[in-house]
Amino acid sequence: MKRWWRRGILVFLLLGIALLGWWLFAPGRVQQVPAAQREAEAAKLRDPALIARGEYLAAVGDCAACHTERGGQRYAGGRVLATPFGDVPAPNITPDPETGIGQWSFEDFWRALHEGKGRGGELLYPVFSYTSFTKVTRDDALAIFAWLKSLPPVHQPDREPGLAFPYSVRSSLLAWRALYFKPGVYRPDPARSPEWNRGAYLVQGLGHCNECHTTRNAWGGMEPDRHLAGGTIPVQDWYAPDLGTQPGGGLAGWSGQDIVDLLKTGQSARGVAFGPMADVVRNSTQHMSDADLQAVAVYLQALPARAAAPAPAAFAQVASHAQGGELYARQCAACHGKQGEGVPGVYPPLDGNSSVTGPTATNAVRSVLLGGFAPATAGNPRPYSMPPFAQQLSDDEVAAVVNYIRQSWSNRASAVWPAEVGRLRHTPVD
Amino acid sequence: MARFGRPARARVTTMAAMNPSSPLRWLLRAGVALLASGAGAAAAATDVPDPMQQRVAACASCHGARGEGLPGDAKVPRLAGKPAAYLQQQLASFQSGRRHHAAMEYVVRQLSPDYLRQIAEYFAAQQVPYRRQAAPAVSAAAMQRGEQLVRHGDPSRGVPSCASCHGDTLTGVEPMMPGLAGLSYAYIDAQLDAWRTHQRVADGPGCMVVVANRMTGGDVAAVAAWLASQPPPADMHPVPASVQREPLPGWCVLGNDGVNP
Repeated sequence: MKRWWRRGILVFLLLGIALLGWWLFAPGRVQQVPAAQREAEAAKLRDPALIARGEYLAAVGDCAACHTERGGQRYAGGRVLATPFGDVPAPNITPDPETGIGQWSFEDFWRALHEGKGRGGELLYPVFSYTSFTKVTRDDALAIFAWLKSLPPVHQPDREPGLAFPYSVRSSLLAWRALYFKPGVYRPDPARSPEWNRGAYLVQGLGHCNECHTTRNAWGGMEPDRHLAGGTIPVQDWYAPDLGTQPGGGLAGWSGQDIVDLLKTGQSARGVAFGPMADVVRNSTQHMSDADLQAVAVYLQALPARAAAPAPAAFAQVASHAQGGELYARQCAACHGKQGEGVPGVYPPLDGNSSVTGPTATNAVRSVLLGGFAPATAGNPRPYSMPPFAQQLSDDEVAAVVNYIRQSWSNRASAVWPAEVGRLRHTPVD
Repeated sequence: MARFGRPARARVTTMAAMNPSSPLRWLLRAGVALLASGAGAAAAATDVPDPMQQRVAACASCHGARGEGLPGDAKVPRLAGKPAAYLQQQLASFQSGRRHHAAMEYVVRQLSPDYLRQIAEYFAAQQVPYRRQAAPAVSAAAMQRGEQLVRHGDPSRGVPSCASCHGDTLTGVEPMMPGLAGLSYAYIDAQLDAWRTHQRVADGPGCMVVVANRMTGGDVAAVAAWLASQPPPADMHPVPASVQREPLPGWCVLGNDGVNP
């Protein structure tokens, strides 16, 4: 009985929020662009310089990562993005008139990017990161649109989303948008340097870093006070670390050069890109200009210091520490060093590495299980690799060695249980 | 280099084999320092002995340091000496999702086509003697059937012999045909089943889908058992394309889904 009451109240609240959302974002309230400007923009679409700039910006935004199916044609869509609410396939954004964006005007594109609405005015699912892309300037959006329009059209019909009720009803997004979406182009902060502002624009907008590197609540909304403070990527189950470089931040101690190196080559003296970030580096950030990477570094370095995590009342190494140490000496120390110091430029250090000491052991456990190569980039075309240990080590052994590296040298992180290793062993790798 | 001359011990020692004081590690550091000092990749390449072997540690833990396969892992194939173009195509297939194996798919995911080619060439260039495989005890009749299919095929079912494409020595044919010698029963059996059920598909030609579907379950086991029980050939090189006895059958080169031309 009580549960029904609760549900009733919840539905009532949601309806209220939906109405508020409707009132706030109803069609017709959006400012119309003058016809003369629209015509001028349409005339520019074939400008080769604009198209080239659009290609660069599309790489920065990593559009192809979602809008390309594995082994499929670039930008033709089809990749299914799994969310806690169901599967959303990315649409075809090649200029095919029937199945792509061939019939779209720039106004349609702008509305999608800036307002999160489809060509027919339908509300788009926020797995398309318009929560970030809304900050992209109209000029940049025009360049990206010109690039997409210049692509060879691919005839590939979009798949239907596989979402459960009530998420399958697009208007249910009104409530979500009222709570978690604030449309608006990035507004430079005059008190900051142009470089910082460029970095903020790239990180908050086109780069949509926050979409992974923040904590999401049960509704998939991003907590505003947790900007770039790290979070678990839903379903994919990798931990996207806090990007703060000040004390308490996930990248504490990283220099600007470390950040630039990782984004440009896939590895730095401090760590290596793996999991979804390896994909980002390979498809997106390695193609960014040095000036833009530098701006990103300046912005990240200016993120505020994080409140220090409360020190564990009584930090004690787990009982398996000695076993973990033996495993470490046998399997890991040859490359990562006896003291977890790594080999600069080849093998990442484990001492003080946020991928090791993060709030969860997910990344460390999955790296031990999956191994793998650093991404191959122009700056590191023949990367070194780590063996996958899933076949060799039991859940107990993986937990022991991960706990050892999380609790040795200067590392003071919490322990992971073998059962968690067992769970992560079966997490699909997309 | 001396530490890497012991392929048999490679399994769990791919990383551990290099103790911190090993010359390789020292050279690695030296190579890195050279790179950093702007001396260039060429200098590093000459200083680090066989750096490719160290780079592909992720491959070695299952396939052996030189791709020789590992005695304990019957489902993991030997890579050493297989034609480079074949290996490169398989790596690309794992990357694009055409061929399935979760660990393989993750490991090769972020590599460039050029690096995949280099990795393929590294394993193709390895000349490691074949190791005798353990084969299950099957009936004499099954063994005979296996040999019949491998050497002569079964014209009544339209099954060509394995040798007609994979070479009389069964060590493969340049540039694309993989050898069958030295593979385990478990691997051959699993791959034939994967072809039969379309779990494994090729970019084309799609012969193996057709061939495997013309075989019965008993044929698959017989072929796998006979192949795995053969004494390893002394020369593991794939034969040149010029010695291939007969052209591929018409249905083979036509369709790449293996069914519809």
